[in-house]
Amino acid sequence: MSRVENVGAEKEVRREKRHGGHGKMGHHGGRGCKKSSESLKPGSLAYIWHSISHNKGAVMGMVLIVLIVLLSVLSPYLCRWGYAELDVLNAKSGPSLMHLLGCDELGRDLLSRVLYGARYTLYIGLAATVLSAVIGVTLGAIAGYFGGLVDSCVMRFLDVFQAFPQLILAMAFCAVFGSGLNNCVAALGLTGIAGFARLMRANILQIRDMEYIEASVSINCPTRKIITGHIIPNAVSPIIVEIAMSISRNGLASSSLSFLGLGVQPPYPEWGAMLAGARNHIRDCPHMVIVPGVFIVICVLSFNLIGDALRDALDPKLKK
Amino acid sequence: MIRYVVKRLVILIPTLLVVAIIMFTLMDFVPGDPAVIALGSGNHTQEEIELKRESMGLNKPYITRLGEYIGNLVFHFDFGTSIVDGTQIKTAISDRFPNTLKIAIGSILVTIIVGLPLGIRTAVRANTWEDKIALFVTLLLDCMPSFWVGLLLVLLFALKLGWFPSSGVGGLKYFVLPVIANSLGGGLAGFTRQTRASMLEVIRSDLVTMARSKGLSEREVIYGHALPNALIPIITIVGMRFGQMLGGATIIEVIFSIPGLGPYLVNGIGSQDYTVVTGGIIFIAFAFAIIMLLTDLVYAFVDPRIKAQYVARNRKGGRKDE
Repeated sequence: MSRVENVGAEKEVRREKRHGGHGKMGHHGGRGCKKSSESLKPGSLAYIWHSISHNKGAVMGMVLIVLIVLLSVLSPYLCRWGYAELDVLNAKSGPSLMHLLGCDELGRDLLSRVLYGARYTLYIGLAATVLSAVIGVTLGAIAGYFGGLVDSCVMRFLDVFQAFPQLILAMAFCAVFGSGLNNCVAALGLTGIAGFARLMRANILQIRDMEYIEASVSINCPTRKIITGHIIPNAVSPIIVEIAMSISRNGLASSSLSFLGLGVQPPYPEWGAMLAGARNHIRDCPHMVIVPGVFIVICVLSFNLIGDALRDALDPKLKK
Repeated sequence: MIRYVVKRLVILIPTLLVVAIIMFTLMDFVPGDPAVIALGSGNHTQEEIELKRESMGLNKPYITRLGEYIGNLVFHFDFGTSIVDGTQIKTAISDRFPNTLKIAIGSILVTIIVGLPLGIRTAVRANTWEDKIALFVTLLLDCMPSFWVGLLLVLLFALKLGWFPSSGVGGLKYFVLPVIANSLGGGLAGFTRQTRASMLEVIRSDLVTMARSKGLSEREVIYGHALPNALIPIITIVGMRFGQMLGGATIIEVIFSIPGLGPYLVNGIGSQDYTVVTGGIIFIAFAFAIIMLLTDLVYAFVDPRIKAQYVARNRKGGRKDE
């Protein structure tokens, strides 16, 4: 029995690695920190910070995100128009001094709507990621550490999650929970569990056979302490990278769901919902289609850049 | 090999059954009385609702209904009828699925035709300007939602230039924009980067050093030795991307008003037509599972390491340590 399990486990690890290969090449800017990072210990916070702050992409990503957050929070004070304020005379007008990015079909100012709408994307991205990371990492850790029957049960449970394309699973949850902001968070959060759990399990399987685990077991260290004190700290770096990537994925998915009318509903300026409204006016006001999309790209790109930089910083082995 | 196929099937069938059971159960607990939805808007007396419940079989206990549903599904591949308009879900799906499948197949073909050579080239020329431009473009494409790409394509090629129709179905040209949108927005970038990563890993491995040291030409090294090895993991990636594109096709269909599974599901969710939603989603799970199964089988067939696991075990009488 044990051999079969192990073969399966090895395959799993290999498979995770293969899937993880997705962003491996994101080592742009990694060269910049070679000179002085030699003196820092890989894995230390100082090293990680040094590596990230010398990565142009990551710095740009962080600046953009801080900017978006600030603008979004301050938008009621900065913008001349409220996000729901109507200026009927200028309905469907293109960019002008009065309305920097133009107006939508009801004469609402696109700039203030887009800035206000950032909070939905950021909130859904963050909250859904936290939800799936907490549940997924716990499940994966349990499965990986205990192995055997527990592992099989958890993995079969996850198989059910992975029996759907991601978007379809999110749609299914949306159908169950109904539309709305927090229901969208729940739907995307549940959808992401399997990814985190599999990643964590693969990490644990690698760490489980290390000598320091054997050592702590032999000195009768309690299981809970081995998991929290030894395994999690060692398994955490891929998870951190995955969190950054997952925020951007969830941001994208939330706009897709809202576009389909399953997430945040139209009167609120969620970017996907704005695009859904713009679709009917694509002929006469193309700026309504372009503006929210550009903001989606900027937001998602920033998190992706940070994720790539984190991957380089946390896993020096991948850099070459 | 046969053992491997059997093992995969043994895992697959219960998973699909559980998927069906969970979907049915979830939709059963969704707030809203199907009988009221079936009767449509307007005021209905309690008796009318009761009668409708009786005729729809909603008064039977949950377990009985679940059993009937799964039974019909397994033996007749029957998903029941729509709550809202009473049409057969099976017929609707068989009418609509070909459109979804066409888009998904088209997108994966475009993805492979563009992404594979691009990934190989950027890996061979890693860290040159070509590579950097390709990386930048794929990074940007990765961040674009497919439906936005679709809208932009409509804006440019349908409304401004008038080259392709913006919606509906018909000849081949109706599928051009949806396929490009689904492929650009749904995986071309990721596929190119994965191909590059896989190729790069092989190029840096000993077998390539070995091939070079034998004095083979660079062409032979790349296409004769590196590529076949890099292709093995790419098979799995193609399978995964294909599955994803099946999901992505649903949203693309909504933009281009193509009568596929996407609009069917979205309308079903909108009108609370739970049987349609359940049926549609279970069907997509089936299709997805079959794609994944085929991928794994091709993978196992191509990768000698997996084949060896089973062959070796047979030869040595692998029960020794079980």
